[in-house]
Amino acid sequence: MRDVAIIGVKNTKFGELWERSLRDIVVEAGIGAIEDAGVSGKDIDALYIGNMSGGRFVEQEHIGALIADYSGLSRNLHVPATRVEAACASGGLSLRQAIMTVASGYSDIVVAAGAEKMTDVGSEEASSALAAAADREWEGMAGATFPGLYAMIAKLHMHRYGTTSEQLAEVAVKNHKNGCLNPIAQYKNEISVDDVLKSIMVADPLHIFDCSPITDGASALVLAPAEIAHKYTDTPIYIEATAQASDTIALHDRRDITTLDATVMAAKRAYSMAKLTPEDIDLVEVHDCFTIAEICAIEDLGFAEKGKGGIVTANGETAIGGRIPVNTSGGLKACGHPVGATGIKQAVEIVTQLRGDAGKRQVAGAEYGMTHNVGGSGATAVVHIFSRER
Amino acid sequence: MSSVPRFWRNLGSRYNLEGTHCKECGEFFYPPRNICVNCRRTGELESFKFKGTGEIISYTLIHTAAEGFEGQAPYTLAIIKLDEGPRLTSQVVGDPDKIQIGTRVRSVFRKLGEDGDRGMIYYGTKFVPVDA
Repeated sequence: MRDVAIIGVKNTKFGELWERSLRDIVVEAGIGAIEDAGVSGKDIDALYIGNMSGGRFVEQEHIGALIADYSGLSRNLHVPATRVEAACASGGLSLRQAIMTVASGYSDIVVAAGAEKMTDVGSEEASSALAAAADREWEGMAGATFPGLYAMIAKLHMHRYGTTSEQLAEVAVKNHKNGCLNPIAQYKNEISVDDVLKSIMVADPLHIFDCSPITDGASALVLAPAEIAHKYTDTPIYIEATAQASDTIALHDRRDITTLDATVMAAKRAYSMAKLTPEDIDLVEVHDCFTIAEICAIEDLGFAEKGKGGIVTANGETAIGGRIPVNTSGGLKACGHPVGATGIKQAVEIVTQLRGDAGKRQVAGAEYGMTHNVGGSGATAVVHIFSRER
Repeated sequence: MSSVPRFWRNLGSRYNLEGTHCKECGEFFYPPRNICVNCRRTGELESFKFKGTGEIISYTLIHTAAEGFEGQAPYTLAIIKLDEGPRLTSQVVGDPDKIQIGTRVRSVFRKLGEDGDRGMIYYGTKFVPVDA
């Protein structure tokens, strides 16, 4: 297997992009990434695109071909383009497919993108599309919603470990603070613990400010074999590990509903592949679709003892400047969560940080970064580790 | 919301808490499975009717309802561990203030939802506290 590097990145603005189409935003991200990498269309060997539910959100399937076409990669170049779907982990999985294609030697320059256009339907229809990432037949039929499933995780976490609503709110407060420093973020407003606790209850104990929003956005990366990466950029960022794991589709079938075993296993595989431990990681982008999800993620990834995620967050250990900065981008909560794009956006953030280009949200001296992308309530987890030096 | 064929396909399981039992390792499954997660193809599964009693593992009071459940909000959704071992997601009927983690529950036959004003009415299993 060959070592792989990232040589170009680009995020579009995340938010309610009512004046733009799915193809517009993917092309913007894709062109931005290949310009950043200094490659041209004829250099591109393959394209992967993470997209969860184009059929439901914009009534468009066959997203791979659509994007290749509107990127100018189809009619003359006939670049192979593949859509990757794993619910909200579609982006992370798109990156993983691209890495494996380059690592195998099958392709050299590969674009990994992710996109979702979610605001073209009403919020009820968006929620219904998202609910398809859970077990429609045995969770949806009972009236389960995604906030409801994560609320049950939160309820047991609070019961068992003493985690409080205030500690959950601290996740949102921190991520909004970070989002203020990120030009592409959907929300650039600071909020307080009180704001979260006073916001309407969606599914007890989760308030609306405990939930990530409905978002439009696209992100793209360009990958190359590490041995030729310096031909394109002075600051290639290297892939130290790519790992993926599955768990039961329904939350009720999990070994322990407060632990995402898919995250634990993907992280274990990633640390082993990279020959690193949690102590080596300088910053991490985790899948905070709900505030409790970030608490569980930092525990399951080894950044906090099981049950202590809330305390660690409230202590400021996960803030920029803290022991292990989490979600410097603003996370899914404040940066926004265009489901298929999220896993790629997380990688764009880590690359930006490791390059030292993150401006006011820069984590000083960052050498190793990690991304953690989850599909559904934890049926898929994808973990990547990146490094500045080889 | 769910289509009619998908609903009827599991008539027995939904109405009567019918699941499966692996003769090889002894694990019970509800919802029913065709392949044992432990023994996989070496396991032999038989259908099994659960007693319908168990306890609440976790729960939530849903205020923003799922599509098709708007008329029921707020409603209590729970993960329930049946006494035979398997867990399932179901609504719990009754005063939400009297529901806690560990509350003993029993299954009841209830209307689950409907396809709009003139569509199918779905029935199935919900739970109530044992002492209710």
